[in-house]
Amino acid sequence: MAVSPLELLHEWVARQAGEQTAWFERELSILAEGGAAESTLHRFLGWVPRRLGRADLTLTSADLARAAQARRGWNPSGWSLDGAARVAGLLAFQGERDFSAIFRDLVRTADARELITLYRGLPLYPAPETLSFEVGEGLRSNMHGVFEAIAHANPYPQDHFDDHRFNHMVLKALFIGSRLGPIVGLEARANVELAGILLDHVKEREAAGRAIDPELWRCIGPFAQDVGAYAALADALAGAPDERAAATLALMMAVDTPETRELLDRVPEMRRRAIHGEIDWNHLTCDEVA
Amino acid sequence: MFIDPHAHMVSRTTDDYEAMAAAGVVALIEPAFWVGQPRTFVGTYVDYLSSLVGWERFRAGQFGIRHYCTIGLNSKEANNEALAEGVMEWLPRFALKEGVVAIGEIGYDEQTPLEDKYFRAQLTLAKELELPVMVHTPHRDKKRGTSRSMDVCEEMGLDPSWVVIDHNNEETVRETLDRGYWAGFSIYPSTKMGNARMVALLRQYGGERILVDSACDWGISDCLGVAKTARLALESGIDAAVVRQVTYANALEVYGKSGQMHATDWLNPPPIDQRTLFEGNSILRGGRDPLVETPAKMRRDNLIIE
Repeated sequence: MAVSPLELLHEWVARQAGEQTAWFERELSILAEGGAAESTLHRFLGWVPRRLGRADLTLTSADLARAAQARRGWNPSGWSLDGAARVAGLLAFQGERDFSAIFRDLVRTADARELITLYRGLPLYPAPETLSFEVGEGLRSNMHGVFEAIAHANPYPQDHFDDHRFNHMVLKALFIGSRLGPIVGLEARANVELAGILLDHVKEREAAGRAIDPELWRCIGPFAQDVGAYAALADALAGAPDERAAATLALMMAVDTPETRELLDRVPEMRRRAIHGEIDWNHLTCDEVA
Repeated sequence: MFIDPHAHMVSRTTDDYEAMAAAGVVALIEPAFWVGQPRTFVGTYVDYLSSLVGWERFRAGQFGIRHYCTIGLNSKEANNEALAEGVMEWLPRFALKEGVVAIGEIGYDEQTPLEDKYFRAQLTLAKELELPVMVHTPHRDKKRGTSRSMDVCEEMGLDPSWVVIDHNNEETVRETLDRGYWAGFSIYPSTKMGNARMVALLRQYGGERILVDSACDWGISDCLGVAKTARLALESGIDAAVVRQVTYANALEVYGKSGQMHATDWLNPPPIDQRTLFEGNSILRGGRDPLVETPAKMRRDNLIIE
């Protein structure tokens, strides 16, 4: 039988909480009993970092595999001990109100770290589609950590965003200097509308004399023909090493047309590196030491 | 390394954050206060408190400054009873947030019955939650208002070693210290303390239980009040240990009683914070490029605040 995310969080926190384990488990069972007031949950959430500290959650690769089994796409690497404990408490809590009402109230009064924790837990909550408004507020946040709690290593956007929201999340990531690579389902959710917007973005950046994040070619490649990106890709093939690598990888994702083939013929060495795995979207320059 | 234990950063610019970081401020405390005009909805007050524990903390972190805050209903807005009642319901939720180091700034403005009522209610809350208290002393009728603030703290059973009486001056400091409280001094031009006067007080009283802050806000004030006072004191021959006490160590000691403020927060922050909330202090990393010919430098060099 598959282990639930709550059981996993419980296990991971308990093994790392040292002498606070008993406190944590006692609180968790009070929250789970039903009939506990919301103020009990608030107090628990407030006490967690005071009791447990703020270290990173220690996870093995086996733990990560179990996480992905418990909830498809769930990746708790990068979680903190207190964050894991708080989400465990939230999942365990049997309140009178709907989860979405409780969640909305928590977001409203959250401190910066709590916001990150609350949004990292998104893939684990009941009735996820009812949290849409709060997720929108998190995406609009100017706190990078809050935005990335939703955008990075979180399957919620892939599973629940419409194209418009997904596209704007990708665009915002580019604007604030966040990586695109950690967005779950980036390639699966790429679409012709996004490719068109990104191509406009490339032109705008060029006009302003600003650098372009080469990761964006990943979302343009599959639609290069539809949005007329060949000329821009040709420019990128003549750019800096990471741009050339990204444009090469993008063209290898593109529909096989004479234009695609002609462009790829211009960069035989890059193409060879891509085929041999010497470059990929996480390693656009091969002089990076792994 | 300085701590500014009283700075209203929601009213300040990024230029100020930059200047403070460059001057050596590693941490600051932002007390909940009156924002220059009254709030007329409970919701605006709640969102303000939320910004103190959220956005403003993040903003400070971008400049390598650790941000803490105090939560409270200020004396002016305590006079709006409907607002005050609503805010009091929300305070406990915020008082237990991370980085909340005290209940404050609370106390008297015009010394009305409503101010008295909510001052006492918040002292009770501080006791329940085991948090220090930051007391704002009134601008008008200051001497008697300050004495009364301490009387009420004692009536409500507060331990003076958990209470900072702020905005002291030459007329109030003796009693504040004699009664066992911490004495805050706001280096704020025209209406509060000047830093040359502050140096004279340090010469007279030494550094025990004295805190220097800038109280910088939306008025004409100087976010470098702490750093400038430290420099002026050192140049005037005040012992370096005393200067460190009043511009760093004392603030850490009294507000550290909350359990929410530790030197490791800025000296060795947890990895999660470094990834998400805190850019790291460039002063501690060995210094960024010196900020020359910027407003920050011009302001730093204008040493006297009168």
